[in-house]
Parts: sequence; structure tokens; C-alpha cells
Amino acid sequence: MLSLKPLLRTIFVVVSLASSLARADMTIEIVGGGSTRHAIAVVPFKDESTRLRDPLTLVVRNDLNLSGMFRVLDTSNVSDVPHTSAAIQYPLWQGAGAQSVAVGTVSDAGNGQVTVSFSLMDVSQKKQLTAGQFTVGPDQGRQVGHKIADMIYRAITGQPGIFSTRIVYVLKQGNANYQLQVADIDGGRAQTVLRSKEPIMSPAWSPDGRYLAYVSFETHKPVVWVQDLATGQRRAAANFKGSNSAPAWSPDGRQLAVVLTTSGNSEIYLVDAAGGGAPRRLTRSDAIDTEPSWSADGAKIVFVSDRAGGPQIYSMAATGGDATRLTWQGSYNVSPRLSPDGNTLTFIQRQAGAFRVMMQDRASGDVRVLSSDPYNERPSFAPNGQMVLYASVQGGQSVLYAATLDGGNKARLAVLNGEVQDPAWGPFTH
Amino acid sequence: MNWKQLLIGTAAASLLAACSSTKPPETTAPVASQPTTAVAPTTSSEQSQTALDPLHDPNSPLAQRSVYFDFDSSVVKEDYKGLIGTHADYLKANGNHKITIQGNTDARGSREYNLALGQRRAESVKKSMEVLGVADKQLEAVSFGKEKPKATGTSDADYAENRRADIVYDGQ
Repeated sequence: MLSLKPLLRTIFVVVSLASSLARADMTIEIVGGGSTRHAIAVVPFKDESTRLRDPLTLVVRNDLNLSGMFRVLDTSNVSDVPHTSAAIQYPLWQGAGAQSVAVGTVSDAGNGQVTVSFSLMDVSQKKQLTAGQFTVGPDQGRQVGHKIADMIYRAITGQPGIFSTRIVYVLKQGNANYQLQVADIDGGRAQTVLRSKEPIMSPAWSPDGRYLAYVSFETHKPVVWVQDLATGQRRAAANFKGSNSAPAWSPDGRQLAVVLTTSGNSEIYLVDAAGGGAPRRLTRSDAIDTEPSWSADGAKIVFVSDRAGGPQIYSMAATGGDATRLTWQGSYNVSPRLSPDGNTLTFIQRQAGAFRVMMQDRASGDVRVLSSDPYNERPSFAPNGQMVLYASVQGGQSVLYAATLDGGNKARLAVLNGEVQDPAWGPFTH
Repeated sequence: MNWKQLLIGTAAASLLAACSSTKPPETTAPVASQPTTAVAPTTSSEQSQTALDPLHDPNSPLAQRSVYFDFDSSVVKEDYKGLIGTHADYLKANGNHKITIQGNTDARGSREYNLALGQRRAESVKKSMEVLGVADKQLEAVSFGKEKPKATGTSDADYAENRRADIVYDGQ
């Protein structure tokens, strides 16, 4: 008897994703839903629970769910599930509304390794859309799950998936416990890469994903540090008299835009990411200039300035010079980021005491609200430009959201055990 | 590297070293340097100085170290001109002393923009002292933005408490 029902029939689907590494317990919620999702069945992989330490099928399903592009069908009522494409009874899956079916196995590869094989089959055409095989350690189930989700996403949408990318955020637990954490986009495999009794803020990924720049107050003033994630080695990248903050990597990874106050005012400078050399000053207003962020082509820097009174968003050449104002609605617009294709600007706008994630179409100037909750901070685009990550306060609890650009799908990565601050979505790593 | 930087560096290294032992085993230790003999950051050269130093007299006007600001303002109010003048006189008479002026904000919103607003308050106090003749090398203006609120509540009084710049003498 084959009976499938959509997982997303209800508004909230909560799937626990407790990670052995994460101190905080994270969950994903899919809020809302779209009507044009691709209906997919991901059949539980054969022998995954006995051969892998962590879940695999669950990771694949969660990834596809949070992307907002898929409707993952519930296969829990399916008896005699297929594990190979040859075993798929297509009429049954077609009758249940599945457009594609993913099947797979986990087998012993010897030497303590396992081989994960999967294939994605189109139901109506009965043909293979993609397939893969991974020989890994039994503790690599999550990574393989994310890779399979990436392959499925690419096969169905034609776009690169972002499920193997990582996110960074600051986790604050109490008044003197700050942790800089790097995690999978579903919150899994969270690792603390820096722990401090003093605040940490503004983490920024290097374009190759190898380094993080961030602001740490460990010396009782804001200093910009760069840390190698592989080795843990770190050094001060901007430690001048006054405050040092707001690091942003140039797309070629060679320079950091930072905010220094050596002139007696918060101004944007460039420093060499590798260290050394004098800072090159980019802004020369009497006002605050801060929160620099580069366009993907490296030609422009968008930033926040209160040169016209309240904070507004401006754009200038990455070499400095005249700035163009980009935001004209509202008296408080901050934390700008351009989409990878440069067509969309996301930022935070204060509206009657609320701080909302906004999306501005650069061509038309049209602006719309992305977030649902009243307090949000620091939106950043996924590297494929299809989602936005931001921190939010919901009912006194702070959480992370990954939202589709139209806001129709919001995946909530809840850290139940602390305050999540200043998230940033990491780059593709190959 | 002077003694102050050495103290801070050592304290930071021991802080990080202490933390690394409690990390999950998978975590790469971010420690920048090897831990050395721990030195409490409160250790101060001032303590060896004469007991007559008014800096340590709780009844001295120098014990007042906080400048409060109006909402959305970085203008030093008349009420605090006396406090700033007292510290300026002390610094001019004691050229070996340095102070850090730490700006704070009450606001919600962007952490970085608040950092810049707190900096503006700290710079405002610094400029007032420079006008009174304190040497630039004795002064550093930094900001904590909204990151280290003294009052964590949401009343007007709490917000007012955080619209503040603190004067911190070296080694204190």
C-alpha cells in the first residue's frame, strides 16, 4: 500500500537537528509555503542508521525543504521502499504526486569506510536526472547529505545549491560568554572557533571561506582580527588608536574595508588582508561612514552614512570618491548587502520602532519587506543569491532565519540556548 | 610594546587559554600566542604610587568618571563641563597618565552604526579635553556601541544610563 502525504500541509514543520557538536539545540521550521514547489520523494537510504553516525536522509530532506523550491513528500507510510532506481514502481509514485524520487544505499566499503550511492529519477519520464557515489567515513553522513541535496537542487533548478556552504554567527550566553560559531546552514556541525568574555561582532567571510574577519573587544576596545579557520591562527588586521570595526573582504580576498577612527570620526579605509601597509582612506565626510560591503565585481562599496542626518545607504567606487544615496524611504536604513548579481539590495529599515529586513530592486528602486518579526539584524545573501540569512528576535528569543527572496519560505534555525547575533552566510567552497 | 599592552596581551592570552580547555574537542583553538604567567589585568602601577594621589580618593571630584548624554546626542552638556575640566587639569599635571574614553549607546538597531554613535560621544569628550589643553597622546576615544550596556532593562532610566561615556585611567 503506497500512500504519500505532503510534509508541508501544515504551516509549521519542526524537525529536530540536535548536533553533537553544538551546545545549543537547533531546529528548523518552515514557515509558509509556495505553490510551485517541485514535489520530491527522498526514500530513506538503505542501512544509513546502522552504517552512519548522523542522519543522512533527514539532512537531504531538510535542505530541500528550507530552500523553498521543493515539497518533500512523506514516505513513512510506504512499505517495501525502493533503494535502487530499478526497484522504483513509477505509477505508484506518480499517483502520489511525486515528480522525482531519490533513492540510495549505504554500503560497507572496507577499511572502516562506507559508500553512499544515490540516484534521482524523473517519475514521468523514468529517467535518471543525476546520480552520485561517495566513499567516506561513517561520521560524514551530514556532509554527504548536503552534497546530495546540492546535486538534487542543481538537477531540478539548474542553479548551484548552497547546502554545503556554512554560516557564521555570534552566540551570546549570559553577559560574559561570547562564542563565534561556524555551522552548516541547517545549524548542524556547529563549531566554536572563538570564545571570549568580551563581545565579538561583525564576522565576515573571506571569499575563499578560509578566513574570518571579525571585531573582538578582548583588549577592551574594538579591534579587527583575521582568523584562519583551518589552523586557528589569528592576528589583528586593524588595531589602530580608537575603534576598529566593520571588516568586509574585497571579492579578490586581498583587501579589507574597515572602519577606523584615527581621524576623530568613523571613516571607511582599506587595509591589506595579508597585513602591513598604511590604511587607505575612502570616505571624507564629517559624518559617520560605516558598514562597508562590496559588490561582487569589486567595483563598488555600499555603506551607511548619516551625512544627511539619519543613517542612509550609499554607494561609492571601491577606490573612494563621490557617493550616491540609495535609500530614500525611512529615516533609518542600515546594514546593506548587495546580491551576488548586484540586482538586489538588502538592508535593515527602522519602521515605527520595528527593524525590518528590506529588499530593494536596484533597477526600479521598489522596496519590500522580507521579514515577519519586528526586530531583525544583519541580512546577508546566500552565495547563489536565492536566499537571505538574518537574525531575528521572536517572542524574546533570538533566532536565525534563512528566507527565500520573496519571503514565501522562511527556515528558522533556532538557537534555544542563547542569543544569536550578527550572522553571515559563507561563500561557495570548492 | 609598553607595560600596558603587555598586561593586556597577557591577560587576553590567558583568557583564551582558559577558554580553550572547555571547548569541544573538535574545535580548533584560536589562541594567538602561548599562555604565559597570568597577570591580573587590575594590576596597576598607580598602586605603587603615593597614597596622596587624588585619583584613588573616592571623595575626590576625579572619582566622577561618567558623562551622560541626551537621546540621540553626542553634545557634552553643561552639567559635565566641570567633571571634564577636573580630569583635564589632572591629566595636564600628570603627563604620564593616559585615559581611554569609552562611548556607549542605548539604541537598538545596527551594531556597527551604534558603535559609530558611541564613538562620536567618546570623541566629543576627547575634544573637550583637547580644547582644555590635554595632550592627544594621553587620550584615546573608543566605543562599545550597544555591546556592553550598564543597564539591561528597557525603561527610560535604563536607556539614559547607557547614553554614556566613561573615563578609564590606564591600568584601571
